[in-house]
Amino acid sequence: MSEPLAIETRQLNKVYGSGRTEVVALRQATFQVPKGKVVALLGPSGSGKSTLLTIVGLVIAPTSGQVLINGQLVVDGAHAKTDLRSYRRHHIGFVFQKANLIPFLSAIENVQVALQLNGVGAGKARGRAKELLKNFGVLERSSDMPARLSGGEQQRVAIARALANDPQVLLGDEPTAALDSERAKQVIELFGKIAHEQNAGVIVVTHDHRFLDVFDSIYEMEDGVLKERVAAA
Amino acid sequence: MNLAIKDVQHNVGRFSLTAVGIGMMLMIVMGMAGIYRGLIEDATLIINRIDSDLWIVQRDTRGPFAEMSRVPETLVYRVQAVPGIISAREFVFHTIQRQHDGKPLRMSVLGLSWPTDKGEWLPLVSGRPLARNHFEIIVDKALGFQLHEKIKLGKETYTVVGITSGMVSSGGDGMGIVTVSDSQAIQFDSVGEALRLERSARERRSAEVDIFQNQPQLVEQLAHPASELPAISSPAISAVIASLAPGTNIDQVQELIASWGDVSVFTKAEQEDLLLQGMVDKARRQLGMFRTLLTIIAAVIMALILYTLTLDKLHSIALLKLLGAPDRTILGMLLQQAVALGVMGYVIALVMGRQLFPYFPRRVVITNEDLLQLFLIVLAISVLSSLLGIWRAMRVRPTEALMG
Repeated sequence: MSEPLAIETRQLNKVYGSGRTEVVALRQATFQVPKGKVVALLGPSGSGKSTLLTIVGLVIAPTSGQVLINGQLVVDGAHAKTDLRSYRRHHIGFVFQKANLIPFLSAIENVQVALQLNGVGAGKARGRAKELLKNFGVLERSSDMPARLSGGEQQRVAIARALANDPQVLLGDEPTAALDSERAKQVIELFGKIAHEQNAGVIVVTHDHRFLDVFDSIYEMEDGVLKERVAAA
Repeated sequence: MNLAIKDVQHNVGRFSLTAVGIGMMLMIVMGMAGIYRGLIEDATLIINRIDSDLWIVQRDTRGPFAEMSRVPETLVYRVQAVPGIISAREFVFHTIQRQHDGKPLRMSVLGLSWPTDKGEWLPLVSGRPLARNHFEIIVDKALGFQLHEKIKLGKETYTVVGITSGMVSSGGDGMGIVTVSDSQAIQFDSVGEALRLERSARERRSAEVDIFQNQPQLVEQLAHPASELPAISSPAISAVIASLAPGTNIDQVQELIASWGDVSVFTKAEQEDLLLQGMVDKARRQLGMFRTLLTIIAAVIMALILYTLTLDKLHSIALLKLLGAPDRTILGMLLQQAVALGVMGYVIALVMGRQLFPYFPRRVVITNEDLLQLFLIVLAISVLSSLLGIWRAMRVRPTEALMG
């Protein structure tokens, strides 16, 4: 019996522009991320990694192809099969290269907002946000504004926010790029832990080849073409 | 968690300064309405305070406020004789501009019919009504005089015996209240050289006319000022005001007096209409234009400020969209901020206005009705001015959160 899939893409194509300005960002990208697994997406800049990530994250629509999450078809070509924003809110977490915290909210409020957008009550959301910040070692900075946090602290708050709603899909776009080796390793290991503990599918776009052993599978992209490179242990 | 409040708290200095700026602009809009109300109150104040039933003025004029009116002093006796009239008084009203202590003094002079009227009805804040036929004056506090201060008007010096509050003309000039005879002396005051020239011209002409040779008393009279010569002086009072006995048919009395041919008669309501539809109407329209323009300018400025505030948080808006925030959350945040800005501006305008309006040269009367109307206008322009920012925010794509 095959593993249950958190993410599945089928022959995704993405074309920007038309005619002489046409750029093909993604060609027939098909891949699967089983639940509880962490997948790395490698490739040079402009190879289409971020495009694939944003399509899987239901942020942009593909020109053609399908996206299935937990076996449910959510995108078919340019057509959404569900309310994508709501689906994203409930099921998908993002972590970026930059922490991308909302500057007018404190650390705890940045986590809380993700919960409250999902309809969680203010008190419960605050409790959960505290718990997450504690897990990531930044509880004592919970009332600080993002500008007062270090890069590492900001990134941990961002990860706490991404995990606030127990997403089934966690997407990281070079989340370790701004961190030192020690912190980067911790973050990558944390992604693995989240995948295993929460039975989520995790995709991490990275240039960092130091911690590839943590990933369950590694895909490589070049000129919009996706290839599986190594099957990690 | 209210995102609008959080953003305002984060940018409290900027937001407060913006609110103060908008508040000042709204205060001017509020002040314009207040000046208009003050104009109406000032214009109708004297008519209401005097509270006479009929105003008898020079034929075919709209006097004595909307235009000049001259009627003979003897008219008062004719009016008193009309059945149904219980009292008739002279009314003198004119505006002067003189020098006092080296500064221009602009005053509306109101003549009271001595001894019938000593000014007991005036809203005195200090001092007393007139007690003498001459050289006493009651002034409005807007003129800035102190009790017992001496004011030289023409050849005479008047002592301030009373101070009123709110007694100003439709032009906004404070009133000086004296007896009718003093008001005439102030109005017809001529310098000595003019009197001497006029007198010598009269004497020269009299030498050529036989009647002056036969009647020496006439020659003696030529020495008097023109206003005191019964044969040639112009009518000296502005109007006669009359009160009716209870139960008198005002239309009949008005019709009777109007039939005399040398006068026009207005009721109190007609006199008010003359003021409001004539001189006040233009000011009303002008103030209305200013108010409209200022409201539009306030809306445009608010729109630009809100648009700029929205541009500053486009990345946060994109991020919120990426996190799955529905459009209504973002729309709500921007709308709440716009309304908060408008309401804060309104409150600042109200507070500042209450402090500053008393120092305005013209009376500013703010009514609850005007305040409510402005509040609703502020709410409307807040919503309208947020539309540009909302339009921009709605166009933000979540992918913009992934850039830069």
